Amino acid sequence: MVLAYAEATNGEFKKVAHEIINYAKKTADVLGTECHALVLGDTPGAEDLGKYGAGTVHRVTSPHLEGFDAAVYTVAIADAAKQLGATVIILPHNSTGKNITGRLAARLEAGSVAGANAVPMMKDGYFTVTKPVFSGKAFADVQLLTDVKVISLAGNSIRIEELGGDATVEDLTLELPAPKTKVVKHQVATGRVPLPEAELVVSGGRGVKGPEHWDVITDLADALGATTACSRPVADSDWRPHHEHVGQTGVAIRPNLYIAAGISGAIQHLAGVNNSKTIVVINKDPEAPFFKAADYGVVGDLFEVLPRLTEAVKKFKG
Amino acid sequence: MKLLVCVSKTPETTTKIQLTADGKDIDTSGVQYIMNPYDEWYALVRALELKEAAGGTVTVLNVGPADNDSIIRKGLAIGADDAVRIDVTEEKDSLFTARQIAEFARGKDFDVIFFGKETISYNASEVGAMVAEFLDLPYVGDAIKLEMEGSQATVTRDIEGGEEVIEVTAPIALSAAKGMAEQRIPNMRGIMMAKRKPLEVVTPVDYPDTTRIASYSKPEEKGSVKLIDPENMDELVRLLHEEAKVI
Ligand SMILES: Cc1cc2nc3c(=O)[nH]c(=O)nc-3n(C[C@H](O)[C@H](O)[C@H](O)COP(=O)(O)OP(=O)(O)OC[C@H]3O[C@@H](n4cnc5c(N)ncnc54)[C@H](O)[C@@H]3O)c2cc1C
Ligand SMILES: Nc1ncnc2c1ncn2[C@@H]1O[C@H](COP(=O)(O)O)[C@@H](O)[C@H]1O
Repeated sequence: MVLAYAEATNGEFKKVAHEIINYAKKTADVLGTECHALVLGDTPGAEDLGKYGAGTVHRVTSPHLEGFDAAVYTVAIADAAKQLGATVIILPHNSTGKNITGRLAARLEAGSVAGANAVPMMKDGYFTVTKPVFSGKAFADVQLLTDVKVISLAGNSIRIEELGGDATVEDLTLELPAPKTKVVKHQVATGRVPLPEAELVVSGGRGVKGPEHWDVITDLADALGATTACSRPVADSDWRPHHEHVGQTGVAIRPNLYIAAGISGAIQHLAGVNNSKTIVVINKDPEAPFFKAADYGVVGDLFEVLPRLTEAVKKFKG
Repeated sequence: MKLLVCVSKTPETTTKIQLTADGKDIDTSGVQYIMNPYDEWYALVRALELKEAAGGTVTVLNVGPADNDSIIRKGLAIGADDAVRIDVTEEKDSLFTARQIAEFARGKDFDVIFFGKETISYNASEVGAMVAEFLDLPYVGDAIKLEMEGSQATVTRDIEGGEEVIEVTAPIALSAAKGMAEQRIPNMRGIMMAKRKPLEVVTPVDYPDTTRIASYSKPEEKGSVKLIDPENMDELVRLLHEEAKVI
């Protein structure tokens, strides 16, 4: 059985959970087995997870699951997997998953692939999973050699589909340890979709010339409903917050649309964005290296082009 | 305070990744290696700052072949007190590496074991969490801030669209991300002193492979860019809608 850890974000099952279950269902189909989901905590809407491919949803509730403690969550997932006889466990490769995946693999002494971007396949007799390596400059086909396997899925790697109906929800009782960590503050900005999950991203580089000019970027992002990002020197100069920095040493993203304005396209920048589905580059220098990695290019002054594009988007959206 | 910083090596960031002729492996000829930036810029520097404030020692550790000694020496030149290399010649997977680090650290009473957010080669973010599990330690991934008051640690970690502040008592493990510290450049004196600092070579423990890389591939090359008239942004919007189907 393939077990999907369905993470609730701020009390709701959202895209992250739906992607994981879809992926787990497709993995189960490859192996000719069932797909179940695991829910930690009492989040409403667990039965709807069936729509994304989970036949059964197992729910664990405990006061020890209230603040996020990776060690406790790891015990919960590991013990659930053992009790239910899961052979593959799927998690998201996000901030939660990055705290759990390694722990879980160590606890179960299971082979693991962190940050997979394609559905596993049986190849040369081995269960094989593909993941980007060298910050997206290449892909590796990794064989998992153990009976139990752990995979974390990179965000935006599969398109969410409806693959089933309602699921039955079953309560699972587990003995969990008390957390050793205490969450004293949890702060999430409302409004824009967080960068790693965003499907549309508008990004500015040094060409935008200073934080006082950033309206040209944010206006376009608002018109599109996109999230904003920036190049590293922009974050290093504190023109924009650090969490907006994309690239090899920043956030790696794979949105459907990445619009880069005033960014030259250095190899370290490209490494974090070149898995985007469609790339639009706006730069006044026709020789900017970024054009080689772009699908659409506009050679021009971003202070003229961006407001024009914003108007065109508004017109299109009516 | 006794601090351990785990450092890995990665290809220099401008490296163009090429495959070998059979397409099964990375062609490493001519590739320059550096210390993984997260380990060097954030994990190591924050460890040094804590030592400077409260006293103690900083040890750098690498699991890898003798070639890695130059990277380890850089850690000593930046300011670590001593170094350990667990002598592994082949490329091994995360669980193997984590097992080596855990067996070395077990019983040595490190207050904080530092990792980088991820290696920029395999981008896994796994090794730190694995070591924490093997040693039954609390672990905080993607930490952007760490304050210590005696054994009380306050750690801020990055989460999607925000941050979380966590209180925990040492010993702990964590992975360092941008914001934790500012990069330090080694000076001449540091480089000279590094030559005399101890670098211990340790024999690895046996551990089976749990994964194996069968082959590599490269992303599809982009076709040539379609240039749009800067005066005609309606055309770009039309193409994004009708051709690329992304809006
Ligand atoms: C180890 C290492 C890691 C790194 N990691 C990252 C990373 O993760 N992410 C990252 O982004 N960088 C990273 N870098 C830095 C990278 O090498 C580049 O220096 C950086 O990406 C350049 O940022 P930029 O494109 O904004 O600025 P620039 O290179 O200065 O480019 C500005 C561009 O704006 C254009 N421009 C100027 N004015 C206008 C205008 N009015 N209209 C239109 N276009 C205009 C210019 O033609 C130019 O192409 C890293 C570097 C190193 C050494
Ligand atoms: N071979 C190694 N030797 C020492 N530390 C390592 C090694 N590989 C990974 N690490 C540490 O684990 C972190 C996460 O690596 P990874 O799980 O590969 O993304 C790195 O930033 C290092 O701190």
